[in-house]
Amino acid sequence: MIELAHVAFGYGKRQLFADVSLALNEGDFFFLTGPSGAGKTTFMRLCYLDLLPEKGSLKLFGNEARDLSRDQVALTRQRIGVVHQDCQFLEHLSVVENIALPLTVGGRDVPLGDMEELLNWVGLADHRNALPAQLSGGERQRAALARAVMMDPDVILADEPTGNIDWEMSQRLLTLLLELNRMGKAILLATHDLALIRQAKSQASTRVLRLAGGELQAAGVDL
Amino acid sequence: MSAPGIDLSTNDIVPPSGFTARLTLFTSAAMAFLAVFAVALSLASTQLATRWSDAMARTATIRLSAPAGQVEAQTRAVLAALETTPGVASARALSDTEQQELLAPWMGTNLPIDTLAIPRLIEVVETAQGFDSENLRLRLSAEAPGAVLDDHTRWRRPFIAAAEHLKFIGLVSVALIGGAMAAMITLAANSALAANAQVIRVLRLVGARDIVIARAFVRRFSARALVGALVGAGAGVVALLLLPSVSGAETIFDGLGFSGSSWFLVPMIPAGAILVAYLATRFAALRMLGRMA
Ligand SMILES: Nc1ncnc2c1ncn2[C@@H]1O[C@H](COP(=O)(O)OP(=O)(O)OP(=O)(O)O)[C@@H](O)[C@H]1O
Ligand SMILES: [Mg+2]
Repeated sequence: MIELAHVAFGYGKRQLFADVSLALNEGDFFFLTGPSGAGKTTFMRLCYLDLLPEKGSLKLFGNEARDLSRDQVALTRQRIGVVHQDCQFLEHLSVVENIALPLTVGGRDVPLGDMEELLNWVGLADHRNALPAQLSGGERQRAALARAVMMDPDVILADEPTGNIDWEMSQRLLTLLLELNRMGKAILLATHDLALIRQAKSQASTRVLRLAGGELQAAGVDL
Repeated sequence: MSAPGIDLSTNDIVPPSGFTARLTLFTSAAMAFLAVFAVALSLASTQLATRWSDAMARTATIRLSAPAGQVEAQTRAVLAALETTPGVASARALSDTEQQELLAPWMGTNLPIDTLAIPRLIEVVETAQGFDSENLRLRLSAEAPGAVLDDHTRWRRPFIAAAEHLKFIGLVSVALIGGAMAAMITLAANSALAANAQVIRVLRLVGARDIVIARAFVRRFSARALVGALVGAGAGVVALLLLPSVSGAETIFDGLGFSGSSWFLVPMIPAGAILVAYLATRFAALRMLGRMA
């Protein structure tokens, strides 16, 4: 679904990746780790076409990224659910409207039953009509995850979705992601949370990738 | 329990913005107000031009006063001259009976016309192009010194030309008003888009195509332009209705306003405003979104 081959990228003159390759396919569950500043967020931005590689090939659902028109980019993004590290809400809309936003802009109906279930699962049922600015950091992340999965995407990219969340709630979110993964969705989750990775490994076959020094490697088995 | 608030229509995906909203409302109201007068001016001058040119029958009269013995000879000379004058369709001398009938209202019926030195009247019918009266006068003074050309309605010609010109100015004004409105709304739309760069970024991240984002702005601006134009056109019509009536005098004031079938032009003004706003915003938004890529 997402395929990077020999991708190079840097901001300005500063090279971040020289030669990165990865294939994320249906049913894959990958963790992305690495020190702060290694480029995890940048890697994700490449995957949802916010950035284009300088060299190498980046293919989404079989299409070369740099050949996509703006409309095709939009349609591709409708198949990728993203939890941004900084959440990215429309501050004038309520929580529930933000969660429904990908469906709204895609011209799709909002399945009310699913919305209700999802709001309960992420613990935001009581905050549905709040504005994003009225949420705590953890609540924002839960809302962002709800928005990412609401539109039933083929791929979910989550950038530290449990950064501000207590252990119990992050277990719930992991359960949700594992459930979606079992339905065939590809998941790439950037996190520093080793306990979360261990928890996931005990329940499903996941791979851990480590981004450091401009290279992407399979992490050791000691996790 | 239902989830209220998610029957979000796509125009709500951009936040309302006070400044551009007020600018659009005011502009379209002012432009619609002006458009009412431009249209009214065009209508009035069209009516005036038509009325005047209908009234101006394409006829002229030649009066011939000559000593009794020369009347017949000079009449023939005048008719001969007219026959070779370009722009004259036909000409004939009125008979004694016809002249008597013309005079009857003033002089009574038993006027001894043959004993009085009443001028002979010759009726000239012009072609559509008309004749050159100066040339004809010169010829007549040479060939029939007693003949006087009286082209009674010619003085109106410049007025008709002026009315036509006024109508043209009115139409140009309507076009300029539309253009100015398009320019103002384009500016307002551009500034709204620039102010919402972050909103546009989020919309794009969740997969909104340019046309979906543009439509949200277009709907907003068209709705505001419509409301503004309705208010402006309404005020313009009221102002026209308050104009004191001066009917009877064949002046520009006579037809200034709307009557009968010309009323259908009034709703055309808000309709035009919404069309202008729609096209201007759509064009501006798509171009701006292309640049913000
Ligand atoms: N827009 C940008 N322009 C220039 N440099 C940037 C930009 N975004 C990130 N960087 C730099 O690129 C490097 C990688 O940043 P990135 O956000 O991808 O790291 P990260 O692995 O996600 O870190 P963290 O774990 O703290 O979230 C950092 O050194 C950062 O300063
Ligand atoms: Mg990051």
